[in-house]
This record gives sequence, structure tokens and C-alpha cells, in this order.
Amino acid sequence: MSNQGPKTLFDKIWSEHLVGQREDGTNLLYIDRHLVHEVTSPQAFEGLKLSNRPVHRPEATIAVADHNVPTINRQNIEDPQSKIQVETLAKNTKEHGIQYFDLMDQRQGIVHIIGPEQGITQPGMTIVCGDSHTSTHGAFGALAFGIGTSEVEHVLATQTIVQNPAKNMRISVNGELPFGVNSKDLILYIIGKIGTAGGTGHVIEYAGSSIMGLSMEGRMTICNMSIEAGARAGLISPDQTTFNYIKGRPYAPGTEHWDQAVEYWSSLPSDNDANYDHEIVIDSSEIDPMVTWGTSPEDVVSVKGTVPNPSSAKTENKKKSIERSLEYMGLKPGTKITDIKLDKIFIGSCTNGRIEDLRKVASIVKDKKIASHVQAMIVPGSGLVKKQAEEEGIDKILKDAGFEWREAGCSMCLGMNPDQLKPGERCASTSNRNFEGRQGRGGRTHLMSPELAAASAITGNISDIRDFT
Amino acid sequence: MDKFHSLKGIAAPLPIVNIDTDMIIPKQFLKTIKRTGLGVSLFYEMRYDNDGNLIKDFVLNTSPFDKSKILVAGDNFGCGSSREHAPWSLKDFGIRSVISTSFADIFYNNCFQNGILPIVVSPENLDQLMTAAKNQIEFTIDLPEQIIKAGNHSINFEIEEFRKERLLQGLDDIGITLGYQDKINAYEEDKKNKKPWLFKDN
Ligand code: SF4
Repeated sequence: MSNQGPKTLFDKIWSEHLVGQREDGTNLLYIDRHLVHEVTSPQAFEGLKLSNRPVHRPEATIAVADHNVPTINRQNIEDPQSKIQVETLAKNTKEHGIQYFDLMDQRQGIVHIIGPEQGITQPGMTIVCGDSHTSTHGAFGALAFGIGTSEVEHVLATQTIVQNPAKNMRISVNGELPFGVNSKDLILYIIGKIGTAGGTGHVIEYAGSSIMGLSMEGRMTICNMSIEAGARAGLISPDQTTFNYIKGRPYAPGTEHWDQAVEYWSSLPSDNDANYDHEIVIDSSEIDPMVTWGTSPEDVVSVKGTVPNPSSAKTENKKKSIERSLEYMGLKPGTKITDIKLDKIFIGSCTNGRIEDLRKVASIVKDKKIASHVQAMIVPGSGLVKKQAEEEGIDKILKDAGFEWREAGCSMCLGMNPDQLKPGERCASTSNRNFEGRQGRGGRTHLMSPELAAASAITGNISDIRDFT
Repeated sequence: MDKFHSLKGIAAPLPIVNIDTDMIIPKQFLKTIKRTGLGVSLFYEMRYDNDGNLIKDFVLNTSPFDKSKILVAGDNFGCGSSREHAPWSLKDFGIRSVISTSFADIFYNNCFQNGILPIVVSPENLDQLMTAAKNQIEFTIDLPEQIIKAGNHSINFEIEEFRKERLLQGLDDIGITLGYQDKINAYEEDKKNKKPWLFKDN
């Protein structure tokens, strides 16, 4: 990568963080912030201990437990293994002088919700976490990606990571979003278009007027699911919306450095004539509210559509994979998506567990009741999101409609905690993965936006928000 | 880290595309604080029924594939979460190499951290190797020569030089990077002046 010539946002962050080259030809990239959770860190801390290595810069790391935590009765984690994992994180962070938000701290929540919420996430940073949805933080114009546990250990020990540059891909979405279509539909549509391996080896920069018109919450939803498109990271150029969001948050630059920081951040957006390895342009008027029908996030159709027929698949492999998905999902080809009857509704996760999501759901279910055959659960992304919602009376609206109102955590996004689907149960979920067994063994997941999930909770079937009054 | 030089043995065919990390090792097994012991839970939901009994016709439950060191799988293997538990469970089962047409980035990287060799081949070659695996033909994987041999197939594969070296020598990555400590410190000093807000340490 040359230092001259036009650069992308990715190129700029990359060259700013290059510490140097190792003798084996690999690059050492400096990591500004490291987020740690209980599931992917114990073996990393154990590794440090075994080789007697200290943490290089403990202040650059922030830890929180989110995956394992119960969303009710959290004083006592009943599952002994979950309990050990959470306690191990508390112990490890204490030992190394790392900031840890414990379960009783209001700041506790899903790691990708609290980073932005606390102002830890800032433009131009490199951010890593032992979690693939670290891509969320790219919404701020930070280069943020998930790493494995061995790399967590590497970052703890050296504050750097061994990386080779990714390729640049730009996806531009232009035009005003049609009524009923939001950021979740947009990203599901993109994944449907490029496939779950479409972004492999790339960092995807999202651009265009539809993207830049989104709130920070909407941008986070987009970047969050970059990993479902196979990309290493997602990025959006920082702008005034970004700066306004960050200003005044606890870990944001203080007044003494604010102007200097904004000046630097303003230099980050990709140069006009920068070169991309791959470009995709989408007209937002072609996008409908989207729903997944299968067991991969690329198995997506318009809510107005039908379950696909395996015989229409282009290749034998694809045909087999559709058949397998349909069997798992208990669906027949040709079924109208809006005829699919639901058992559960899950609203939350690092994709859609922010205050804006909760507000939208509340506005849809206000003065209504959920269908008698569904169980609906709403899990705020952090203790502070929960508090904010309660101050706005959102919890009351949701509870009156029949939703269960929970404590913050990953909850049924992955069913590592007590919130799980039972075999055969069908769930409308605002999370990011519909893999087999993801939400509980045999559980059937339909990914969609919070708006669609809210409307579906009321009718008991997958529903189009545009038909919903 | 364990070294990897060459490998000989039967390969298990798993002709499914998009095998994700939830399939490789479901979330209930991520509660461990150790790296070992995950092999029995590898592919748990395909391998065991609701009562925890072995599903007889799943390939890794049948002889001789239950002793496979090599896995031949469909496109986009290892997509999904960053969990290193996926390569840990493969390795604990005994798998030291996975062959597919493509791998998800994080999974690919994680393999090398654990002495597992992921190999990318073309769709045509994958078809051939899948058939060879089903027919229980012995595979030989030679990392120095970058060749897979199975019956009369001989397939060359690509691998980045530094990854190859690390596998061959079983190098400790952190140890190598710590050799550059001075550079890291100098970088930090420089940035402290230029971007002080990043060092407003909490
Ligand atoms: S909410 Fe889901 S996707 Fe997000 S960090 Fe938690 S488990 Fe992962």
C-alpha cells in the first residue's frame, strides 16, 4: 500500500497503526482498545500466566460479562459452569488491573453495546474483541474486528496484532429508504445479495445517502452484520452524526482534546477518488422489509415473498442446502412468509438491543396485546439502555402489551444462558444468526427488524409492518 | 504450539456448505475455561441425538472415519463466531487438517494458532477429494511440498509463507512479537504526543 495517492478510510487507519514489519514479513498493527468478555478470554489469561507474561497496557482493555449472564434473578447464576466463567473474568481483570463492569454495575451490557455507549469506541481507532460482532464498532469509522482467543492473549501481552491488510470493498446504498424499510432490512438485503462468503478477506465500507442518513444506532446494526457477509470488518466514514453521538460520553475525549480529536476524525473519510477492489451499488427503492427463511443469514427474502423451492436452485449443492434448511426449519416450499406462525419473539442482541430499537417497538405495540399463542421477550442491550427505557415509560408499554422485560445481556441471541428455544419452536428474532441450534437445540429462527418482530408479536404470524395499523 | 509437517490417513467427507462454528461446537460447550476436552462434543448436534446417544450414521461416528485426522468439507467452512473452541474441538478429536473451497477469515486464522492446517482447493478438486474420502482412500498431506495426494490425485495448494513457517516450526507468536517491544513502546510514545486523547487512560 503506497503512502501517496487517494486513500480509503481503511487505508488511513491501517497506516496510522502500523508499528512495523516482523522478520517473517507480517505486519504488526497497534490496537487502541481491547474489549474482553467471559467466554473467549479465560484461556488467554491462562496462557499469560503459564508463560509468566504481564498485560502490556491494562488501561486499553475493558471487560464485561454478557454471554452467560441470566436476564432474570442475576444475583445468583445457577449454572455452575457459567458462574465459574463469570467469576474467572472478575478474578483475571482484578489481577491485571483491567477495568471490569460487574453484573450489578448499570454500565454492564453486551460488549458491543457498551463500547459505543460509554464513548470507548471512537473514529480512527483500532478495536478488537474475542467476538465476531466486533464489526459493530465500525459504524464510528473505527477499524474493529473479531479475533480468536490466541489473539486475545497476543493483544493482552503486546497491544498489537499480527495482520495483513484486507481488501477494500465499497457498498453504496443510495436514495431515501422506502416506508417500513430500515437498517436491518438493508443489511439483510445486502447479505442476501453478496452471500455469507461475499465479503471474505475484505473490509466493507458502507457509503451512499441511505447509509449516511442513518442514525448511529442504524449504522451499528449495519456494521454489526458485516461478519454475516463474511467480511473482516465494516466501516462507515465518521461525520457530524458520529461526533454528536460521542460528545460528552464518559470515555470520550474531554474538552481539553475535543477539538484536536474532531480535527483528526474529520480527516478520516475516504478520499473521493480512492480505489476499491470491489464496488457494489444498490438503489434503496428496490429493498423491502426482509425476513430469513433458512439457517444461514443469506437465506433471506422479502416479507412479501415465499419460501423458496429447492428445485429452482442453480446448483446441486445449493439444492441440497435448501432442502436441508427447509427440513430443519419445518417449512414447505411456496409457503407465504406472512403465513408462518410463530411461538416466540425475541427483541434484543448487539444488532438491535439499543434504545432506538426499543422505542420503535414500543410505538408499534402501544395499547395492543401480543397474540395469545406467542411468548415475547425484550432484552435491553445494557443496563443503561434499560434505565433510559424505564425513564421514558417504554417498559410499561411493553409489559402492558404482554412482553417480558429483562435485564441486559446476550440472552436468546445464542442461548448460552437460560433463555433458549425448545426443539421445534419458531422465533421471530432481531438478532444476527439463524444457524441450526443457535437459539437452542432444534430452535427455528427467523431474523428480521425490530419493527417486523413487534408487528409479528401482535399478530402471531410473521407480519409486514406496512400492512400493520 | 504443535508443529505440523505432514499427515497421512483417512479423510472424513462432510459435504455440507456453510458449516458454521455453532455446528462445529455448540454454545453450551463454550463455558469451559480450558482449551482441552472438547473433542467429544465436536459436531455435537449432528453426532448425538436428544438423549445424548451417538447417531450411528453420522460420518465421524462410523469406522474408520471416527479416527480421521483430515476433514473434507463444503464451501465456507467455519463461518460464524470467533470462538477458538472450534479448532480446539477439532484438534482434540484428532483432526489436524481441513480441506474446503473457502474458509471464514477468523476460523482460518484460529487454525494456525493451534497447529491445524486449513487447505483451500478449487471446487473441482474438492469434488475429487470428497469422492476419494468417501471411498476411504488414504490421503497424504505434505506441507513442505504443499501437496495433497489421494489415490491418483495430486493437488498443489497455496499457503502464505509465514504461516507455513510457523506451522513447520511450531513457533510461539507472542514470543516473536515481544522481540519488537522497543518498536511498540516507541510507537506509543509518538502517539501519546500526536493523539493524546487515546491515552487518556481510564
Ligand atoms: S448479542 Fe449475540 S451476537 Fe451479540 S455479542 Fe451477544 S451473543 Fe454475540
